[in-house]
This record gives sequence, structure tokens and C-alpha cells, in this order.
Amino acid sequence: MAEAGLNSYRTGPDEKGRFGIHGGRFVAETLMPLILQVEAAWQAAQADSSFAAEMAYYQKHFVGRPSPLYFAERLTQHFGGAKLYFKRDELNHTGSHKINNVLGQALLARRMGKTKIIAETGAGQHGVATATACALFDLECEVFMGAEDVRRQKPNVDRMRLLGAKVHPVTSGTATLKDAMNEALRYWVAHPETHFYIIGTVAGPHPYPEMVRTFQSIIGTEAREQILEAEGRLPDALIACIGGGSNAMGLFHPFLDDSSVEIYGVEAAGRGIDTGAHAASLTGGKPGVLHGNRTYLLQNEDGQITDAHSISAGLDYPGIGPEHAWLHDIGRVNYVSATDEEALASFRLCSRLEGIIPALEPSHALAFAEQLVSGMDPDQLVILNMCGRGDKDLEAVLPLFEERGLLDRQD
Amino acid sequence: MSSRIEQTFARARAEQRSVLGIFATAGDPDRQKSAAILQAIARGGADFIEIGMPFSDPMADGPSIQAASLRALRSGMNLQGTLDMAAAVRAEFPDLPIILMGYYNPIYIYGNEAFLAAAAAAGADGLIIVDLPVEEDDELAQPTRQAGLDFIRLVTPTTRGARLEKVLAEASGFVYYVAVAGITGTKSAATETIAEAVSAIRAVTDLPVVTGFGIRTPQQAAAAAAAGDGVVVGSALVDRIAESAEKGKQADQIATETEAFVASLAAALR
Repeated sequence: MAEAGLNSYRTGPDEKGRFGIHGGRFVAETLMPLILQVEAAWQAAQADSSFAAEMAYYQKHFVGRPSPLYFAERLTQHFGGAKLYFKRDELNHTGSHKINNVLGQALLARRMGKTKIIAETGAGQHGVATATACALFDLECEVFMGAEDVRRQKPNVDRMRLLGAKVHPVTSGTATLKDAMNEALRYWVAHPETHFYIIGTVAGPHPYPEMVRTFQSIIGTEAREQILEAEGRLPDALIACIGGGSNAMGLFHPFLDDSSVEIYGVEAAGRGIDTGAHAASLTGGKPGVLHGNRTYLLQNEDGQITDAHSISAGLDYPGIGPEHAWLHDIGRVNYVSATDEEALASFRLCSRLEGIIPALEPSHALAFAEQLVSGMDPDQLVILNMCGRGDKDLEAVLPLFEERGLLDRQD
Repeated sequence: MSSRIEQTFARARAEQRSVLGIFATAGDPDRQKSAAILQAIARGGADFIEIGMPFSDPMADGPSIQAASLRALRSGMNLQGTLDMAAAVRAEFPDLPIILMGYYNPIYIYGNEAFLAAAAAAGADGLIIVDLPVEEDDELAQPTRQAGLDFIRLVTPTTRGARLEKVLAEASGFVYYVAVAGITGTKSAATETIAEAVSAIRAVTDLPVVTGFGIRTPQQAAAAAAAGDGVVVGSALVDRIAESAEKGKQADQIATETEAFVASLAAALR
């Protein structure tokens, strides 16, 4: 791996948790001592080789890592351009990349002597991963989920219940991920001594963005080794979808100092950026402070946070991790977007051509991949992070395909 | 020249009574009724007023004040409107300390320098910004002090030991003790717990200590005030405003009821 040196993009955040102007610790005083305890425990864990050994054990035997790097041959033929590889994190136990981070934080909570866990969830993937780790490590689990998301991601709600977690439907605000995070923070404020808050993405107060990135970087670290083994060289481009941005940061971070690698983060354009009904905070937002960090936010001219929209519950968030905000400011990563409709088309295409039912979230990445890959040369290489599987989305997606005659084979 | 806040606490001390602070959200339930409510709070005998700056995502507030924020925003209130309402209170009550309370983002978007200038011009005396802990002091707290306003520090049940000294090192105005680990308008703290916390704070600072969170009745106000220099009541009034708005009461009737409620709290502290 490239050394993180003086001109490295990989040295952040600074001691105040800043990535450029972004990041920081904008939390109520009640929480600040807890945040500092988490930071101290996290630093101690990083210096302790037994923590790394514990992580490695569960990653291999419980999660099933390393996840394969798979050459998507039929899609490559279909798009007619660069070779497209999938990093298969949808094959992880629990069906997405979320478990990579949850295991790390759950082990950290256990080291801190905490027995109760709080989590927020959008699509339910982080909630399921957290409920799973809590079952594994005998921790009590409270999951906050927007009531709207409870409705559109029912299979994941049922999984969490079966795993022993208590799901709290959140009805305030737009009843989606943003409101679930508000409510999780409020619950933590009221239970500061007993509970550990497992944040699901690379956002929130320092040290969460850095900590989650570190746990997710196993995606990029593996992908780098795997592509070198398969092709003998680095990829020309990386693509990942972005809500808060944890799967993307996990894939991108180990490649940030490889200047030959173009990097693309795909935000959710919802019904289209110009309709205002989207979740693209870099494309359509501006810097502000919410949920413990400064970052790009969807907001009005008075600084009130506005509603995000995406067909994908996992991308339906009006902010983005602060490190992405910084990478956007300095131009190292290109942030683009894909609409609901484009994602739906890619969802179906990938199912039919690769035998992989992708989650709606990486379907956004795939929609952009189609544009990118088709304009590249056949000897170029692209890695897309297939960060979750689509089983959870069938209830939302199937009626749409059915009414358009796109579900059953026409013969 | 001493500040309005200093004069207020000195006067209460001379009269051997505790200080009463009352919170209400600007623009709740609408601008006209809110203006009447703020005036009624002052007339009812509040020693200082905390004007809530509405925010879409108030992460430290319970259902009552969340709903108040949403009512205010829906009625068209914004940060400029809040500053204008503060100026109207100042014009009517020249000696009443006005504290603006809320979250950082609307201020950051308004522009910190422009906001501080506007807040000073409106006659505000201090700020309480929930999501700016001492670790982020250089964002707004230092510029606030330079602008001649107090940046009121929150101390909570989790603020202990060396941290208490760190939090209070540059505190001014008064210290706001958040009596419960939790959000506004939910739990109430035991009087002994408040007394212990206040004496820990007094060991570190000479500033007055005001207790808030979970104080809803004249009895609770009197009990909590006994341990410190004063109390703040918020959600209990906000709940009354919500009920009145729901029943379709007019501004003058809501104002009369607000004044009576504030007067009952003030009487309990004398």
C-alpha cells in the first residue's frame, strides 16, 4: 500500500476531528464526555494487537471475509467498455458492508464494559447488522428507524425483532434516517452511562467518521490486493454509492494516494436534482452543522434542514460524511448522481445479466457505472462496490416492475 | 458598567430571592401570538427570558419543544424574525436580560459575524447554543465574548471532575445547570442531586447557577431554586401554549394565561 506521507490524502482527521473545515464535535455537553471516552477507548484498541486479532477472527469466521472480487463479465459485454469488477460485500453475513463496522464498534463497546447498544438505521441494513452483533456478544439492542422506513423495509424490521433487538419507529420530522438519528441521539443523551451508540456511517462527531472509515477500509484493502492478483495492476476507476458514505469511504480510502485511480461517489438524485426531491447533499447542498459534524447538508436559506428523497432508504439522508465533503472540496473524488429510475433499471439489469440481485443503494452506483464504463477502453479496469443485496427491497420494487410489465419474462 | 444579567442577579440577591428564567420559542404558535406571549412573560415577573430560535432538528429537545419549533417554522418564523422579536421585547423592557437559545446551524448559515452584530443590535445579552461544547469554543463562543455578549455554559450530570473546570474556565453571565441527563420536558431531578451538583459548580466558579430541565410547577421551581440562584421553566409553558393554540384561543387570552402562570412561578421564588 502507498505510504501515507506529507502529501497524503489519508492522514485526516486532525486532532479536533476536522477534515478541512468539515467534521468536528458539535454535540450537547451531556454527550461530550462520552464522545471523549469513545475516542480514548478507540485509541487504546488501535494500539492493542489483541483487538486486531479479535476483529480478524470474526471477519473471517463470522462475516465470511474476504469477500470476492468478481469480474462481471456479462455486464462488461453489455456495456461494451472497461472491465467491470464487483467487490462482493453483499455476500457478507447479514447482506451488506454494514457488519464490517458494527463488529468493530460492538467489540469496542464490550471493551468499555457497555452492555447496551443504540443504533439508527435507514434501509435497515445497519440495524440488522447491529442486532446480529448484539445477539453474538450478548448486548441489549435498541434500534431507531423512521416509521416510513419501517414500512418500506419490513423484512429487515422482522429480522431485527427475531434477533432480539427492539425497533423504535420514529414518527418525528420526515420519519426517515435523519429523524432516526435525532431520536437515537436523544436516547443516548438520556442514557449516557449505560449505552454505547453504534453509528452506522462515516458521520457524526469525531471520532466516529474516522473509526467507521477504519473498520470499513477492509473493503478497499482487500480489493487492492485482489485486483493486483487478478490483473497485476491497480484499477483505473472506483465507483460506490453514497448516502452517509461508509461503503464508499471503505473502498476509496486505501486508494486515495494512488493518483492513477479515478474515484467516483454516486449520490441519489431521487426524482432529479432540479426537482428538489433528491438526497444529493454535495451536488445540491451547502456546508452546515448537523448530527455532530460540519458537512454538506440539504437545507434552506435559514439553515433549516430540508427533506431528502430517494427510492433507496439507505441513501435517503440530507447529509454526507465529513471526509467526503473534504474530498469533494479538494477535488480528489468526483461526486456524481443517479436517479430513482436509473437505479431501478440497473437493479433489474444486474439481476438478469449477472444473477445478482443488488440492493437499491449499489444500483445507483451501477447506473453511473454504465455511463462511465461504456466510454472507457476494454483494457481498462473498474471496481464497483456491490455493498448490499436486494432481498430487502423486493417489496418496494416488485409492484413497480409488475405494473410496467417488467417482472415476468415475455415469451 | 455591569451587564443586565449581572444587575438582575445582584437585585435578586439584595431582595433575598431566586431568579426566574422563562423559555419560549419565537414564533410559536405564530408570530402575533408569540409576540404577545413574550411580553406576557416579562409582565408576569420573569427575571430573564430565553427566546428559542427554532430549528428543524433540535436533538437535545423533547417532544414539546420539538413541536414548538415546528409550529414556529410552519408559521414562517426564521432567524431574522427571531431577532426582530427580541428587539421588540427589548424596546418594551429595557432592563430585562434576553438570552437567545438554540442550535448552531441557522446561525452558521446567517453568518457568525453578521449574527452577533444583529443580536447585539437587537439588545440580546447572551447566547445558549446547545451543540457548541467547549471543544468548539473558537467557532462562536470566543467571537460572542468579543462582541460583548455572554456565551452561557451548560453543565450537565455528565460534566465532572477536571471537565467542570474546563467547561467553566471562560464562562460568563451565569452557569446553566441541566438537571437531568436527558432531553427537555421529560424527567425531573431530585432536589438533593441538584444541591450536590450546584455545590460542585460553586467550588469552581463565582458565577450564579441557574437550574433547568424538568421544572414544571411552582413547587418544583421553589425546591430547585433553593439549591442555586434560580431556575428556568420551558416545556411546561410550551405545553400550555400548544394546548391554547389547539383550542383556537386568541392572542390576548393566551397572554393573560401566560402572565398568570409566570406570576405563579415568580411568587413561589419570593
